[in-house]
Amino acid sequence: MTPAAAVPRASTLRQVDRLFRDRPVVPLVALLALLVLLYEVARPGVVGPTWASGIVAFAIPLAILAGCQTLTMLTGGIDLSVGAVASMAGFVTATFVAQPGGWELGVVIALAAALAAGLLNGVGVGVFRVHPLIMTLGVGLVVLGLANAWQIATVTSSTGVPEQIRTLGSDRFLDIFPYSLVFFAPLALIILVGLRRTGYGRLLYAVGDNPIAARLSGARAWQVLVVLYMISALMAALAGILLMGLTNVASVTLADSLVLPSVAAAVIGGTSIMGGRGGYGGTLVGALILQVISALLTALGQPEAVRQILFGAIVVLVAAAYTRVTAES
Amino acid sequence: MSAAATALGEAARPLDAVVGMVRRNGWALALLAFLALLLIFTKVIQPRYGVAGAQALAISALPLALAAVAQAICVIGGGIDLSIGSMMALTSVIAAVQMKGQPEEFGVVVVLAVLVLGLILGAINGAVIVFTRVPDIVVTLAMSFVWAGFALLVLASPGGGSAKWLRDIILGPFLNEWIPKSAIVLIVTVGLVWIPLRRSRLGLSIYAVGSNRLAAFRSGVGVGRTKIAAYALTGLFAALAGLGLTASTGIGTPVPGPYTLTSVAAIVLGGVSLAGGRGGVLGPIVAVLILQLIRSDMTFLNVDTNLAIVAQGAILIGVVMFGSLLQLRRARR
Amino acid sequence: MTADPELLLDASDVAKSFGAVVALRSASLAVRPGEVHALMGANGAGKSTLVKILTGSVRPDRGRIAIRGHERTVHSPGEARRNGLVSVYQEPALIPDLDIRANLRLTHTPIDGFRHWINELGLARLDLSRHARELPLASLRVIDLARALSIEPDVLMLDEITAALPANLTERVLEVIGRQKGGDRCIVFISHRLIEIAAVCDRATVLREGATVGVVDVTRGSEEQIVELMLGQPVQGIAAAVRDAASAAPTDAPSRLEARGLGHGTKLVDASFRLGAGEVLGVVALEGQGQDELFDILAGAVRPSGGELLVDGRPVSFGHPADAIRAGLVYIAADRAEALLMQRSVRENIALPYTARLPGWGLIDRASERERIDRAVTRLQIDARAGNEVRRLSGGNQQKVTIARWVAGGVRTLLCFDPTRGIDIRTKNQIYQLLRELAAAGASVLLYTSELKEVQLACDRAIVIFGGRVIAELDAVDADEPALLRAAYNLRAGAQIPEAIAAKAVEATLARGDAPGPPPAAVAADAPADPVGEEGAAR
Repeated sequence: MTPAAAVPRASTLRQVDRLFRDRPVVPLVALLALLVLLYEVARPGVVGPTWASGIVAFAIPLAILAGCQTLTMLTGGIDLSVGAVASMAGFVTATFVAQPGGWELGVVIALAAALAAGLLNGVGVGVFRVHPLIMTLGVGLVVLGLANAWQIATVTSSTGVPEQIRTLGSDRFLDIFPYSLVFFAPLALIILVGLRRTGYGRLLYAVGDNPIAARLSGARAWQVLVVLYMISALMAALAGILLMGLTNVASVTLADSLVLPSVAAAVIGGTSIMGGRGGYGGTLVGALILQVISALLTALGQPEAVRQILFGAIVVLVAAAYTRVTAES
Repeated sequence: MSAAATALGEAARPLDAVVGMVRRNGWALALLAFLALLLIFTKVIQPRYGVAGAQALAISALPLALAAVAQAICVIGGGIDLSIGSMMALTSVIAAVQMKGQPEEFGVVVVLAVLVLGLILGAINGAVIVFTRVPDIVVTLAMSFVWAGFALLVLASPGGGSAKWLRDIILGPFLNEWIPKSAIVLIVTVGLVWIPLRRSRLGLSIYAVGSNRLAAFRSGVGVGRTKIAAYALTGLFAALAGLGLTASTGIGTPVPGPYTLTSVAAIVLGGVSLAGGRGGVLGPIVAVLILQLIRSDMTFLNVDTNLAIVAQGAILIGVVMFGSLLQLRRARR
Repeated sequence: MTADPELLLDASDVAKSFGAVVALRSASLAVRPGEVHALMGANGAGKSTLVKILTGSVRPDRGRIAIRGHERTVHSPGEARRNGLVSVYQEPALIPDLDIRANLRLTHTPIDGFRHWINELGLARLDLSRHARELPLASLRVIDLARALSIEPDVLMLDEITAALPANLTERVLEVIGRQKGGDRCIVFISHRLIEIAAVCDRATVLREGATVGVVDVTRGSEEQIVELMLGQPVQGIAAAVRDAASAAPTDAPSRLEARGLGHGTKLVDASFRLGAGEVLGVVALEGQGQDELFDILAGAVRPSGGELLVDGRPVSFGHPADAIRAGLVYIAADRAEALLMQRSVRENIALPYTARLPGWGLIDRASERERIDRAVTRLQIDARAGNEVRRLSGGNQQKVTIARWVAGGVRTLLCFDPTRGIDIRTKNQIYQLLRELAAAGASVLLYTSELKEVQLACDRAIVIFGGRVIAELDAVDADEPALLRAAYNLRAGAQIPEAIAAKAVEATLARGDAPGPPPAAVAADAPADPVGEEGAAR
């Protein structure tokens, strides 16, 4: 008899727990598959490459914003300014369409503005040790207000979503492959590899897991955090520009409705808001899960309301499950 | 001798007691002074500012002030509630739907039922936090989806109605044209609930749990029970704020307004420590008035109203950064 | 021994583990009515855990607790209070943001009784409207005690009540405790100060490594017996092997680290010593004599308020631990929760210092990292089977990981703060051996230890800190446990049962009740109680 066969059945639950804890991506992918199956049952014949590419295209801006939340949550923080920064970036880009310099200049200016917002966040959180929730909330208000003021200032000039960005955001190569994926895949890869294989990625975990240990090992948390919130703002800006291309809308509140789902995607993906635990792989699956649920509910003719209730319930249940399996000894 | 005596916390002269009181409530007093200055400033830049302005200010501030009180209670208890805006939306639409076209007396039943509902919603938030041990911020963020979803189920687009008496108790002046009814409503509701609560054992327990959970536990406080009670009270005030919305607009709106985040801003400005255990409800209410007045002032000054949002964010950032700086310096000493 | 119905409190075979750390193995405590009963033991013997279990703050894994012959299970401090068990903890259980009056109401304390006791304890003019946050620790302790006394519990447990109290308050407190003798109730008194034990206690229960090792009647001369029980049997066998390595230490090596009059606030007044290359220097002190501050300064975690620090003969000033690390000073904490990334892997924990500074932020060379870490894991014999998450390792293995972090890259000066606290004897020996090997290879080690026998096992010399000053320096040969203990209590060597003599002096003072007695040392801090078990309970 092999030792494996000798394992009593009672420990099956424990093994599921351990799987959930050590490889949260596996049960999440299973959940995703289950949801896709449900969709196929609800709308037979729809699930296919075209359907999938639509899901992916719509999930990408959410996945990028959820990346902002993942990175900041790993350090025990959160970035609630991503909605305002993303919307601002898209809108600023759109206002430069008819200006000398064109939308390209707009992108540069938008990214610079986003970096400035990120710097402010980072200085507040890292140097002044303001609670990240409050700091990013305040910076979000400032960015929103400034974007609004910019809107008034540029009301006379024409605004529009640049052709190229619309292509990048919503068109598909061979009708299957979203162009935005070409843009997103390298970004996702950088985040995934960066978290695992770079010293900076390790430090994000270290600062979030145990700031005292990180400090005693010679890490200066403020450096880590200032850079982190700048990265987060930059990613948010890119997400906003993509979202504008996807929806063909430029508005200063365009991405606001994605802020809470972005936190939800990270939480579902197994990133702990207390810091030190999680990763981007889970977040990607989390964003896809949210997107498939949305699609499923739309297919079933359920109103937006049901989607929200379900999102909320899932986040609580998943977070409770993670808390249970990780709270041993 | 006196130095050594006070160092050990012994009684000092009465004047010192006053000084101590002022020091402890210094922030709220400073805010009040600032509000007074701001009112004078408003009168200077807009000589016609008067009765109508005060009325508008009081009515527009009522829901937000109640939301800030709601947020203050759970933050004092060591938590944070990101679902206040959604609970307001849910209670507001339920009230509006139930009251539309119904006799006035039925409105009383609806109001009482909605208040009980608020208590229940809050208690659910608290119970989920206590029993799942998931951080407050995650639970209430998720619950904000849930409550907002239910609000949309109740009413898909703005509509419904309000009993006339409910509108009447917040609109218009009271006794003197300078005293808006909504201000009286605010003072009465907060006074009826908060002041007895603060002196009760439950109130003490909420402060205790927020201030130092371990010490509270060792003092025999039921930490979980207290937390649930604090969230239930938050729900109650969110329901009051929701009713305030219905009363002031005459309809129910299912989409949550910016109340959650603004309530956080208001309590931070109002001197409630996000770490818990410190602050009261006066500061946040004054902070709400200041934020609203700054907004009107900017209109009077012909400043882009959007810059008012910038100002609000900048004030929030400035105050918390300054506060943190003071704390850091104290820690370093 | 049969159960005695006359006992007021009877706890037996109580055990408790926090994860991999065993806090209590098998503790028992039996207290009679009218008794002031001392609970004694070295650091980490489990006194505080036992008190927390008795008052419902921590749930025991095993054990039986009976009050007046009735078995009781207490789940919370509130329930313990209703059963007549009240404790005054090292950190006062007063809510910082409430005033004293509100604190009393919160705990249903009769205000008149409180007034009476606070007068007795010498804080008659306390202003009840002051917030607890505004009061100094000493006052809070006394307030907490007065509150507990006015509840009139059957069993009152006092955990280091006199620590951090100024001399006059200590006297009043001891006097009040002494007057409680003979009634129907009892007091369990925890203290490190033998003088106080001798002055107020009837009997003493001694804990060692989580188990009760004896109950002693406190009479003149029993202090020696208590000390013997606390120390336990000397470890034999391993000593020889470790000492062989030690004997090779050079005597006049160049100075690696030199402290001149280092100070920090009131806790650390004047720390002066020299640590040579290739030397292991022991630091011995009772709890809270300034050693925490000294190590914090050396590790760059806090700035000294005075004095000078020289590394390799050059004065240095550390603004951040990174500065200390660059100067070759690395810190190993007793509290693994302070040093480790509990949710991360062994590999990440060991590699942490390499990624900490800006140049290490880039891509990690996985091959060389693996080689380096494997080397460290092998050298320290770390059992990394549960290596995905460090928190699942045993206490000993966790401590090895914190050491491996620094040894992996070669080390010049190691600052060890009680590195063997709460870990098993085998790992302890491995750590002693490792320190000796490192010293033999030219590294310098500063080793604070709460286990006095470690000094002769691992050190070349030892310094003793008392009241924030280095008051003695001993060669390892002379640094046997009695000598160190005497020095740590600041007693002159060779004096006959000095504690008893001092105790008599205290008794005399208490009897007279006026003149200032010999001031008991008042420079003890409250050690942070382990929050693990209780945090969970408090949710």
